[in-house]
Amino acid sequence: MAIDSIVLPRPQEAFRPLVDRLHGWVTTVDHKRLGILYILFALFFLVIGGIEATIMRIQLIRPQNDFVSPEVFNRMFTMHGTTMIFFVAMPVMFGFANYLVPLMIGARDMAFPRLNAFSFWLSALGGILLYFSLVGANGLYGAGNAPDVGWFAYAPLTAQTFSRGHSTDFWTLAVLVSGFGSIGTAINILTTILCLRCPGMKLGKMPLFAWLNLVMAALVLIAIGPLTAAQIMLTLDRYLGAHFFDTRAGGSAVIWMHFFWIFGHPEVYILVIPAFAFVSEIIPVFSRKAMFGYPIMVAATVAIGFLSTAVWAHHMFTVGLSSNANTFFVLSTMAIGVPTGIKIFNWLATMWGGKIHFQTPMLFCIAFLFQFLIAGLTGIMLSAAPFDWQLGNSYFVVAHFHYVIVGGILFALFGAFYYWFPKMTGRMYSETLGKLHFWLFVLGFHLTFDFMHIPGLLGMPRRIYTYELGRGWDTWNLIVTIGAFFQALSILTFIGNLLWHTFKGKAAGSDPWDAWTLEWTTSSPPPAYNFAAIPTVRSRRPLWDLKHPDDPDWKYE
Amino acid sequence: MNATPIMMSDRQLEWELPSRGHVAMFALIAAEAAIFAIFVVAYIFYLGKSLTGPMPKDVLAIPIFYTICLLSSSVTIHIAAHALRRGNIADFRAWWFGTIVLGAAFLYGTAHEWHRLIYQEGLTISTNLFGTTYYSLVGLHGFHVIVGLICLSAVMAFTLFGDVQQQHTYRIDVLSLYWHFVDVVWIVVFAVVYIIGR
Amino acid sequence: MAMNNSYTRGAPKVIIPLSLSMTAFAQAGAHSPSPTNIFAPVSTPADMIFGLSVFVLAVTATIFVVVFSLLLYAVVRFRKRADDDGREPAQVYGSNQVELAWTVIPILIVVALFMATARVIASVQKAAQPTNAIEVIAIGHQFWWEYRYPSLHVVTANELHVPVSDPAHPSPTFIKLLSADTDHSFWIPRLAGKTDLIPNRVNHTWIDPHETGLYLGQCAQYCGTQHAKMLLRVYVQSRDEFDRWIRQQSQVAHVGDTASDGQRIFETTACINCHAIAGTVADGQFGPDLSHLMSRETIAAGAAPNTPENLKRWIRNPDTIKPGSRMPAMELSERELDAVTAYLTTLR
Repeated sequence: MAIDSIVLPRPQEAFRPLVDRLHGWVTTVDHKRLGILYILFALFFLVIGGIEATIMRIQLIRPQNDFVSPEVFNRMFTMHGTTMIFFVAMPVMFGFANYLVPLMIGARDMAFPRLNAFSFWLSALGGILLYFSLVGANGLYGAGNAPDVGWFAYAPLTAQTFSRGHSTDFWTLAVLVSGFGSIGTAINILTTILCLRCPGMKLGKMPLFAWLNLVMAALVLIAIGPLTAAQIMLTLDRYLGAHFFDTRAGGSAVIWMHFFWIFGHPEVYILVIPAFAFVSEIIPVFSRKAMFGYPIMVAATVAIGFLSTAVWAHHMFTVGLSSNANTFFVLSTMAIGVPTGIKIFNWLATMWGGKIHFQTPMLFCIAFLFQFLIAGLTGIMLSAAPFDWQLGNSYFVVAHFHYVIVGGILFALFGAFYYWFPKMTGRMYSETLGKLHFWLFVLGFHLTFDFMHIPGLLGMPRRIYTYELGRGWDTWNLIVTIGAFFQALSILTFIGNLLWHTFKGKAAGSDPWDAWTLEWTTSSPPPAYNFAAIPTVRSRRPLWDLKHPDDPDWKYE
Repeated sequence: MNATPIMMSDRQLEWELPSRGHVAMFALIAAEAAIFAIFVVAYIFYLGKSLTGPMPKDVLAIPIFYTICLLSSSVTIHIAAHALRRGNIADFRAWWFGTIVLGAAFLYGTAHEWHRLIYQEGLTISTNLFGTTYYSLVGLHGFHVIVGLICLSAVMAFTLFGDVQQQHTYRIDVLSLYWHFVDVVWIVVFAVVYIIGR
Repeated sequence: MAMNNSYTRGAPKVIIPLSLSMTAFAQAGAHSPSPTNIFAPVSTPADMIFGLSVFVLAVTATIFVVVFSLLLYAVVRFRKRADDDGREPAQVYGSNQVELAWTVIPILIVVALFMATARVIASVQKAAQPTNAIEVIAIGHQFWWEYRYPSLHVVTANELHVPVSDPAHPSPTFIKLLSADTDHSFWIPRLAGKTDLIPNRVNHTWIDPHETGLYLGQCAQYCGTQHAKMLLRVYVQSRDEFDRWIRQQSQVAHVGDTASDGQRIFETTACINCHAIAGTVADGQFGPDLSHLMSRETIAAGAAPNTPENLKRWIRNPDTIKPGSRMPAMELSERELDAVTAYLTTLR
């Protein structure tokens, strides 16, 4: 039972010249438009990152292949990782947070709209800088060199001695600049959630999406600093002769790893917690049941946030740390599996006893549950340090983290795209094409990433541009590459579906899913001011209360 | 169908949320603290590990006077904000100016020390691990002092034009938070570099 | 140092078929499915890891089966039927008992996994070095391996020889890991887990292979352009063969008379800046020691078989075999190339 809200009439938009409309987008400070800009930016770089991955997979389709040179391959994995983490995953999460948080908490915009715009354009600049390296980096060996030091840029490979020219500096600068944008957005999200909630929405009454983005924002504030610091140190080393990571002057290569992973591990939680947020909104609606264990979900997420700052050296088990250090990080890493597992059980319990509707958003979230379970379990395997001494830095790790990022985060993200697409565009996508996208992607994903574990178990390290005959890796690499093509096809379906229906889809109305949070009370797309009047709420599901006045949530919460 | 039927009743809800400016400044401080923490960790990690060159106790002189300047500036800025809250623009102007002077004095002190270290002791950022960690940590702090002074000077300019009134107390408060943070960082840096590190 | 099976004792029935299939996976010939299969250990550290991995896999497999089944059941059993009446199902907001249960059980699992893991960490990292251990210093370079046996006065490159170790009277090899430039990692899956080589840091690893043979691996930490072809070859030999190899390697280079033209070219061009040949004036340290080059089966850290044709190709232009390697093309004429190659082929 959908509820339409009355909206003040908007001046005729269709007759404004294109330049005018584009100017509106470029100068916008509206959180909804900035959210969409972030998302479009991320989608663009998703395609580029995907092309980089495809190039690598073609090179690895058979041993001793010569599709690309080792120099190009090494740039590919560096660019692929850097692009996907900093210019796809982070921006898209910021985009959804930007769009949805004010709507869900009954606010008119983010706390600092101009800071919001500034942060977005900083991130955009970062992306442009990284790719400008292709023409601007002027290395010793010719014009134009993308960075080739890996996305975590271990020292001393990044020192001037081993990385001449400016390609490494483009990496450093691009990530540094977008890091400032990330901090700006995190400050905005945190302040918005703490200071702009509508009356009645105490912290315990706000949607889980808001809670999880709050934890994410707090993590960004703590985690980006170490990366910024390390990159400043690296640049001082490279240009002012500093010795932070200069092993010949007594500096330590391991301390770069510590600083990087003190950022790097919370970073992956920064990426996955918003994915949890999507799933926590979608599963209840499509199971027709309230979220099971809301307080525990909040507590588990906060616990994950804290614990994530104490596990970083599980990326360094092979570095030769003391057995005491290794043992501590085994414990902390295994411990973080407990609140994570609790979340999976709570989602399961939400579906249990419900009435599950299998539209596209829910399909992606169900796949998320299965796949995130597997990803978590391979993570447990890796957390057993001696097992990691074999599995670490091999294709098993590559398979594990892609299982989390693609099988977990990207699937949840697709669910979010389909779920909120009607709200953002006012139109409905094609359910048939959505399901086609889903099944193609499931096929491609599993072909690639299930079988990718096997070469790791058989001794194949990562970041190698080719491999020897007779290692037993050939068939598996072939299957992995084939899966990549199915994924590419499915992404094309996805983009086509959304693009076409943005302009030609049927009107969706304000509440096509019969959902329960505040964004569904306003029109689709929402007016610039979001709500005609700021609402007052009494429970976690204000729209449920309205639709079920005889059985409102606030009686039971 | 109603436009916004979420309003359950017309009772006046007691609804007070923290102020945006303070929350945002605390968030920024948290992020900056994370950056400084890493430079402090690097400083402590590399203590005693320089292969050559001057050691801290050979060349460092405890900057008591300039530290007092900077820490006093926290007091003066507090007094200035208090004056503005009471609507006393003249006092505010004076104490604000005093804060800037003290902050600038601190910067002068740092510059003076660096000049001595570079030209008389031969310690630069590339000399050894001590040089690297010292200049980067103290330099990062100095950079934040400069940024703070620029903001304070902008406010000074506005004040001289008569644009700063009692209703701007809130913004002055938020800016003061930043300045206090810069002072607290100096306390930590001072302790690590001039007390523990020597 | 014997593998302790206590953590597999009393385990559920999934362990036995699991480890049987894993060992079958491994033992179906050592080269099938792979010569670098981590589930085909022949040395104690790799054995210990294998034992731990069986336990971990059993636990995670059980968790997987249970949770997967529950998820599958939920998705099927609670789907909206075609004849649905449109009413919302009963809203359940939570249950403290259930939350407690699925908090406590995972904590117990974590405790068990942690204890098993901590034990193996200690066994491997704190293993005492016996007096009869062979000591090797492995130094990682871009993109080759230097090996020194300090007490046996041997310096060689790329192909490591160790004696086989009898489990009853172990004679392990303890390896100190250093780096001359950037980070590398020493990984021979059938012998041990990987340990990194990091400049300005000393790391340690040890192996005690109990079967002779050639064991393969490769550098496992990205170190630059030719990281992919920094291959590892470890020859595990009987005690006699090993001693013979040591004797041969510790002698000065065997230089034949007929190669003197090549030797002259070698010693008057840039070759000696990087390479050492024991007993001659060549004592460069940047590149591999060539004193007993012909005792090796491969060149360029396993990138190509050690034949005169490959040698000549390599010296003419290393980028044709390993593009991005640190050795420049030597700009020698064909005659000079033939002479130098002939000289090198006498270095047995």
